[in-house]
Amino acid sequence: MTHDAVLLLSIIILLTPLLSFLINVFFGGKLGKISGIIGTSILGIDFVMAIVVAFTKLVTYPDIHTIQTRFEWISLGPIKVVIGYGIDNIAAMMLIVVTLISFLVHLFSTEYMSDDRRYPKFYAYLGLFTFSMLGIVIANNFLLMYMFWELVGISSYLLIGFWYEKNSASNAGKKAFITNRIGDLGFFTGIMILYMTYGTFMFDEVFAGISSGVMPFNSPTFLTLAGIGIFLGAMGKSAQWPLHVWLPDAMEGPTPVSALIHAATMVAAGVYLVAKVFAMFTADALTFIAAIGTITAFVSATIAITQVDFKKVLAYSTVSQLGFMIMSLGVGGYTNGFFHLVTHAWFKAALFLAAGSVIHAMHHAMHHMHDHHTDPQDINNMGGLRKTMPWTYRTFLFVTLALSGVPLTSGFLSKDGLLAGTLAYANLTGGWHWIIPVMGFAAAGMTAFYMFRLTIVAFHGEPKTKIASHTHENKSVILIPLIVLSVLSLWFFYSPTPIDGSKGWVHRLVVQPASAVPAAYQWSFLLPEHAGEASPAMHAEGEGHEAAATEELHHEAQPAAHATTHAYLNKFQEESHHFHYIAMFLSVLIAGGAIGLAFMIYQYKVISADKLEARLKFLHTFSLNKWYFDELYQATVIAGTVALSKMLSWFDTYIVDGLVNLSAYITRGFSFITGLFDNHVIDGAVNLIANTTGFVGARLRKVQTGHIQTYLVFVLVGLLVLLYYFSINF
Amino acid sequence: MQGTIDFPILTWITFLPILGIIIILLVPSGKDEAGQELSKKIIRWVAAGITFVQLVLAILIYMFYNPAMAGINELASFQFVEKVSWIHASLPMVGDINIEYFLGIDGISVPMVLLTAIICFVAVFPSFGINKAVKGYFAMYLLLDLGMMGVFCALDFFLFYIFWELMLLPMYFLIGIWGGPRKEYAAIKFFIYTLVGSVFMLLVMIGLYHSVGSFNILDMMNASNFKDGSIFGGMGTTIRYVAFMALFIGFAIKVPMFPFHTWLPDAHVEAPTPISVILAGVLLKMGAYGMIRIAFPIFPDAFGYFQTLIAFLGMVSIVYGALCALGQHKVGKRDFKKLIAYSSVSHMGYVILGLSSMRPEGMTGAIFQMFNHGTITAMLFMIVGVIYDRAHTRGLDDFGGLAKKMPVYTGLMAVAFFAAIGLPGMSGFISEVLIFLGSFNSYPILTMISGLSIVLGAAYMLWALQKIFFGAIPEKWQGPWDPTRTKYKTDDINGLELTALLPLAIIIIFLGIYPNPILNLMTGSVNHFIELMKPFVYIGGHLTGM
Repeated sequence: MTHDAVLLLSIIILLTPLLSFLINVFFGGKLGKISGIIGTSILGIDFVMAIVVAFTKLVTYPDIHTIQTRFEWISLGPIKVVIGYGIDNIAAMMLIVVTLISFLVHLFSTEYMSDDRRYPKFYAYLGLFTFSMLGIVIANNFLLMYMFWELVGISSYLLIGFWYEKNSASNAGKKAFITNRIGDLGFFTGIMILYMTYGTFMFDEVFAGISSGVMPFNSPTFLTLAGIGIFLGAMGKSAQWPLHVWLPDAMEGPTPVSALIHAATMVAAGVYLVAKVFAMFTADALTFIAAIGTITAFVSATIAITQVDFKKVLAYSTVSQLGFMIMSLGVGGYTNGFFHLVTHAWFKAALFLAAGSVIHAMHHAMHHMHDHHTDPQDINNMGGLRKTMPWTYRTFLFVTLALSGVPLTSGFLSKDGLLAGTLAYANLTGGWHWIIPVMGFAAAGMTAFYMFRLTIVAFHGEPKTKIASHTHENKSVILIPLIVLSVLSLWFFYSPTPIDGSKGWVHRLVVQPASAVPAAYQWSFLLPEHAGEASPAMHAEGEGHEAAATEELHHEAQPAAHATTHAYLNKFQEESHHFHYIAMFLSVLIAGGAIGLAFMIYQYKVISADKLEARLKFLHTFSLNKWYFDELYQATVIAGTVALSKMLSWFDTYIVDGLVNLSAYITRGFSFITGLFDNHVIDGAVNLIANTTGFVGARLRKVQTGHIQTYLVFVLVGLLVLLYYFSINF
Repeated sequence: MQGTIDFPILTWITFLPILGIIIILLVPSGKDEAGQELSKKIIRWVAAGITFVQLVLAILIYMFYNPAMAGINELASFQFVEKVSWIHASLPMVGDINIEYFLGIDGISVPMVLLTAIICFVAVFPSFGINKAVKGYFAMYLLLDLGMMGVFCALDFFLFYIFWELMLLPMYFLIGIWGGPRKEYAAIKFFIYTLVGSVFMLLVMIGLYHSVGSFNILDMMNASNFKDGSIFGGMGTTIRYVAFMALFIGFAIKVPMFPFHTWLPDAHVEAPTPISVILAGVLLKMGAYGMIRIAFPIFPDAFGYFQTLIAFLGMVSIVYGALCALGQHKVGKRDFKKLIAYSSVSHMGYVILGLSSMRPEGMTGAIFQMFNHGTITAMLFMIVGVIYDRAHTRGLDDFGGLAKKMPVYTGLMAVAFFAAIGLPGMSGFISEVLIFLGSFNSYPILTMISGLSIVLGAAYMLWALQKIFFGAIPEKWQGPWDPTRTKYKTDDINGLELTALLPLAIIIIFLGIYPNPILNLMTGSVNHFIELMKPFVYIGGHLTGM
């Protein structure tokens, strides 16, 4: 296939889910149940096309080049807004991830959502979501990425609040959208800084601009800030601390939605974005990213341990795993981070679909027993599902092993590489950076623990309620997606050896792009190796070294610009190899220990969970209440905004408008006074004249007697006066 | 399709409503009830017909308009120009009075003419519900239409002023007679507030006439036309700054900009639905249009002097409007229309911010935002009108669960709401992005603060959406709107309402995906405008290639 054919096919892949959306929105009412079949078949075709595109890219054109196109979208005279799309290796892999999971979720939902009144609308929204997500995948510029980013946000909003009759659902949708918007504000600010500096939205042109040494506001600080701004967008979508609060609430949406959006695709978009623009992050920005990822991985793992809602445990686990990916990218482990994204997508989608299978069975059992009060998602109402739902159990157990990072699974390969990367990073940078691997390993241990706690409490033992004992295994439409996703979590899809992921095709095809950032502002160990010299870490550089580094910049500029399109090896990768076996040993030890502990507490009850809880009362409460983040935000940001808006609203009504009304009153008061003046003075003067005239007239009236004799006398007198007057003058 | 039309199309599009008014006034009222109904029906459809012809003329203008010609200050590159001497008299004391009948359009006015035609046409349909003094209503409606169209076509300041005042009067009556419970207060507030602005404008206009010797707006833009020693002669004088501020405040009242905005919520809340639609859709644009056409290019030095202040006020409007929309403080009295009115303050703030950036992105975005705000807010007010007609309340706390009762309506509402929060794929997104890209270059800090409205806008819009459409339907709306099924046959919207809403929804989505049909109109004029202003204004120099 030629490049043009790849591009054409990828635009068709993008648009077909939109077609599904349009058909189901406009004709959904008439289609009824057929809408599900239409949606599923469209996604099936989409998946096949995605395979063709991905294999063409990965097999025929496996180099790091992006097959891309660009075109003018808006023309403002001399200024043109150019956008485009393209396929690189990570986009090719993401195409498969998104279309396959979306297809399986479509299939799963034909059964899961079959009783829903708004069944066609559900498929419409799934189509809209898939379209938006694929848009993120194939965008090769910031503007288009941002546009699809927002569209993903809105389709997530619609799907979380799908059961809008429930206030909790529409609240969760709103919360998700607004929290994401906070991140997007940062994302957009980053875009504005870059556009202002480089005058373009295209990734490659921005990178070329950066490597030519042009800095926003002539300062590398602002390049760091632009990077952090864009990362803020990723923090919103990928639910990174402190913007993670929306994801657990998003579990209000139907469970297939949680599998598609809040486990495998949308939440991975943030990680994907960071990978896509990896070349523009400075060393400082990467440190920030690593820190946020580590905190997220650790904090949410501690929360997941105590949750009792089946989906909430998985939700916090997702947040934690996303933290791992971000952490990995932050420490420079580009390939490891992306690898974990792919493997995690399969097994986390499987976990959620298995959760859906369980909840579906619980619902049916409740319906059967006319019970409408029991919480079908509370794991303490389950138990013993191993016997009633054997296939759901088997697949769930297998993907739990994958998530815990047990050998022979894909999760082991990716998580192992990722943790080795953190060790390498800490060793290369030293100091407080050692906290990162420590917290990483701790979170990995907690992952194994809470996943087995979940498995044991929900599936093992005796049924804790009657409902649990009345559950039945679901239809094959529900089980097939589970099995497919579990199989994809086996190691041999990714690497010939089950113990080393770096031997596989992922590490060969997903290679770290060279940083576009001038050497002075980048970790030296992430730069291409040349002449075998290994300079010390950035922060060790003194004043004098700074000048040398700047000088080096000029030498660096040309090769760096060139290097953005070429793969290379660096010190970090070398170091990661050294730590590979240590990391493997540690992670197997920690995971095994955690699993053993979970069995001791929940299966064999050697250690009493209640006593442990009482002993660690404070920690338990803290974890159960999710570190009180929701309460904190409620009391600060939300209450603050509400108070400010109410205050301004009051201000507007009584002060601003009050002034307007006051000026009206003053005018009226003034006119009242002028009215008085007018009435009494001006009109008084007029009246005075009138009155005087009247008075005079009244007096003069006396003259008018009506007697002809009197008048004759007046005439005579008058004549005499005139005669006298004229005689004097002549 | 570009070419010339040898036909005074601007006169026709402006004065066509006169024809409608004459016909409407000649329609007999009808003797019995049936006759009266028939008379009302005729009047309504005459108004619809006239505005439709106007829309056709606007589309003709659009098709024959040549975007390569810039206009702004060059007579030669204005199009469809009609220029004849109108009042030419030599008066004692005053001197020569030379007023021209001078119409013409460029890239700034074409989108506005098109917008006016579209909004006046679609707003006729919600007007069908008006039953009180139908004849008077539609006569006023068409007169308003005339005034607005005239403002966007006039190039003689005196003529501009006449149209400006002409539009004021019918608006006063339309709110004051057909409005809500506090209509008199709202109408008089609107009238006096605008009149204050007009007085400022009148004074400056007279001063300009004495300095230039004509009312020609184009002549006023050329510094060499100012007579030596005349009051506005020279550059950068205090009197010019004062005059600019007077004009600016006059226009800012109309926009409306903080702190001159408080007439707007009152006017919107009291006005009948179609008048709210016109008020938000077209009238608010006249303020910003006046700035671009008159205040900025005639006093570029003063604009440069106040530029940062104007950008600041734009930012305040954006954030303040959004916060006020979010925080209507009396629970139970929270009004849907008031929310949209404040969101208008916020969205028009973007226009001011974009204009003050003096970047092609910012200014194009600002004019496009004027167009988009016109269509989006018109749609929002019609959406409020639909439920108000049925439930006779607009209280945000009175509703819930309408998504279930009215699915088609909810779908259209989603388009308008999502467009208002700047969702990509809708026209509002493009204008907001362009404005921010432009203004970030000149005023990065102010732009970042304005960016808060991205979050706040989502907050208040989604909050309103949830209050009205989601959750459970309250007890009193459980049954059908109209149990007798005479007025409303179904619970969802009817054909007439769909006729008004659907074209707007299509425009919003189409321009969101392919904005060039409107953007191309203004590109030439905007770039020319910026060239004209460049010597006097601050343009952030960070961007490469400028």
